[in-house]
Amino acid sequence: MTKLSYARAVSLALGEAMEADGRVFVLGEDVAHGGAYGATVGLLDRFGPARVRDTPISEAAIVGYSVGASLAGMRPVAEIMHMDFIACAMDQVVNQAAKVRYMSGGKASAPLVIRAGTGGWLSAAAQHSQSLEAWFAHIPGIKVVSSGTPADARAVLRAAIDDDNPVLVIESLSLYEGQDEVPDEAPAYRLGSADLKRRGDDVTIVTWGAMVPRVLEAAETLGAEGVGADVIDLLTLRPWDVDAVLESVARTNRAVVVHQAYRHAGFGAEVAATIAERAFDHLDAPVARVGSLDVPVPFSPPMEEYVLPTAGRVVDAVRAMA
Amino acid sequence: MPASPDELLRMYRTMVLIRLAEERLVQLFAAGKMPGFIHSYIGEEATAVGVCGALRPDDYITSTHRGHGHIIAKGGDLGLFFAELYGKATGYCRGKGGSMHVTDMDLGILGANGIVGAGIPIAAGAALACRMQGLDRVAVSFLGDGATDIGVFHEALNMASLWEVPAVFVCENNGYADFMSRATHQKIERVSDRAASYAMPGVTVDGNDVEAVRDAATEAVARARSGGGPTLLECVTYRWRGHYEGDPQPYRTSDEVEEWKRRDPLGVAEGRLRAAGALDDAGSESIREEAATAIERAVAEAEAAPMPSPEDALQDVYVELDEVGWS
Repeated sequence: MTKLSYARAVSLALGEAMEADGRVFVLGEDVAHGGAYGATVGLLDRFGPARVRDTPISEAAIVGYSVGASLAGMRPVAEIMHMDFIACAMDQVVNQAAKVRYMSGGKASAPLVIRAGTGGWLSAAAQHSQSLEAWFAHIPGIKVVSSGTPADARAVLRAAIDDDNPVLVIESLSLYEGQDEVPDEAPAYRLGSADLKRRGDDVTIVTWGAMVPRVLEAAETLGAEGVGADVIDLLTLRPWDVDAVLESVARTNRAVVVHQAYRHAGFGAEVAATIAERAFDHLDAPVARVGSLDVPVPFSPPMEEYVLPTAGRVVDAVRAMA
Repeated sequence: MPASPDELLRMYRTMVLIRLAEERLVQLFAAGKMPGFIHSYIGEEATAVGVCGALRPDDYITSTHRGHGHIIAKGGDLGLFFAELYGKATGYCRGKGGSMHVTDMDLGILGANGIVGAGIPIAAGAALACRMQGLDRVAVSFLGDGATDIGVFHEALNMASLWEVPAVFVCENNGYADFMSRATHQKIERVSDRAASYAMPGVTVDGNDVEAVRDAATEAVARARSGGGPTLLECVTYRWRGHYEGDPQPYRTSDEVEEWKRRDPLGVAEGRLRAAGALDDAGSESIREEAATAIERAVAEAEAAPMPSPEDALQDVYVELDEVGWS
């Protein structure tokens, strides 16, 4: 085990993947300089400018070139500095990358990875703070993964690069500097499987991304009150681990879904609806959802802190179910 | 350099094949045999054939919503092509793509595209891959004049120039972006003027002259292949039919269309072949018969082929993930 920051875990995974497979290369704004948030530090020196490509500020071309390069046999890993900027590349993500296999009747495939720095708590205001995973989890043809710890950041990214499909990797910018244990050996992660981060029999809390440490904090508080929580980190949002969630709910009979994204029409609605459809008889209370309040993410810290979900709000949601 | 009579004859044959295939498609569509909608390539044959005449079989292309000519010129299989347009299980894309999405990875056809301009960065990305792999393949992106108004055109050309990728951006300036004439959608005189912004060569040729197109494409392809970077090649041509089949075309006069029909790209090539003594009435007739026979065979096969079963819709979403439609 080594202590690494989340950002270093990302660059570790990129370096490992590039070492293992000569087809892997990274491209994006400022990536050769280590990236705006340090996720590609050291790669230029190790792999050179052909495989660590700084791009102009051209999100549509970054993703479009990645689609083309992947069709022609490469494994591009594109960086979108803030997930909000992916709006500039939506056609290439949604209509091209996600559709090429299907529209070609299975003849073509586009194994590209898009890493997107995601979420708030940066005092970066409404265009640099959003969690937009629901947009992509909505689209068949693309996979969506996330992580809330350095070890998971490395594991999901390696799995995403190895996958033969387009994969969107949501990275939690607010966790980038935080350090945690990362195993010495490259871990194996199977896309589509959730990770039970904490075990308890009274409530199931389903979460992902930057909310993982906050939900674990909430579970600690609840534990002290005698309420045991299963904390399920979905890790993959498409295809998500329905069985892991349903098995847990069958045991705990209560469920809360927690995400940083706007609560309204967030991916939590899909999880809640699935639980209601398929585990209705097990439920002792309606499924609860905790997410960002229904406003753009504000700049000033007291307002941002108020709008984004907190451990306290998760605790409150669970207490309200009792 | 003029084409040899043999080469010109070969290109003429392909142009006739595209023309007759398109005329047959128009008929079949009007008779209600095809689902969806189609965008006819009639009138623009010299561009696809001249450009593909400069390519090797292993070079890449991306095509457009008006892409039938590109597919046939790159060597596409007529049987798979017609079957796809009929929505049959035996089609190029097993009925999942249709007219706007024909893909043939074996021929380097990375897909036609229903989104205007979307193939431009995709071709450039494929070109980048070729260079990174140490291969001397090139990639051509076919695009219309309307596509040069969309943002990704500019992003892609800027990056292509910066990275000197082996790509050729072939603008088929057919005079119209959907219903809008060029004068109403862009103020520049030549589309190729836009190349100046990206410090790449911008060339304009008569897109109805297959030899001129082939010459300009050969030069651009050679430059790309030898590491000299990309080119924007504008081929000035004309869309004989509406934006889509059934388009009432209130935006132009029949005089304008007739004027362009007098500059029929097939007529230009045929005139030269006859003048060179390489084609006579009998030869012309036999080329048309040969094309018509191939087309009728493809149509008959397509009509006889099975439709996909409804559940086939659940396949081909992901690589190695059979269980889809799970939600």
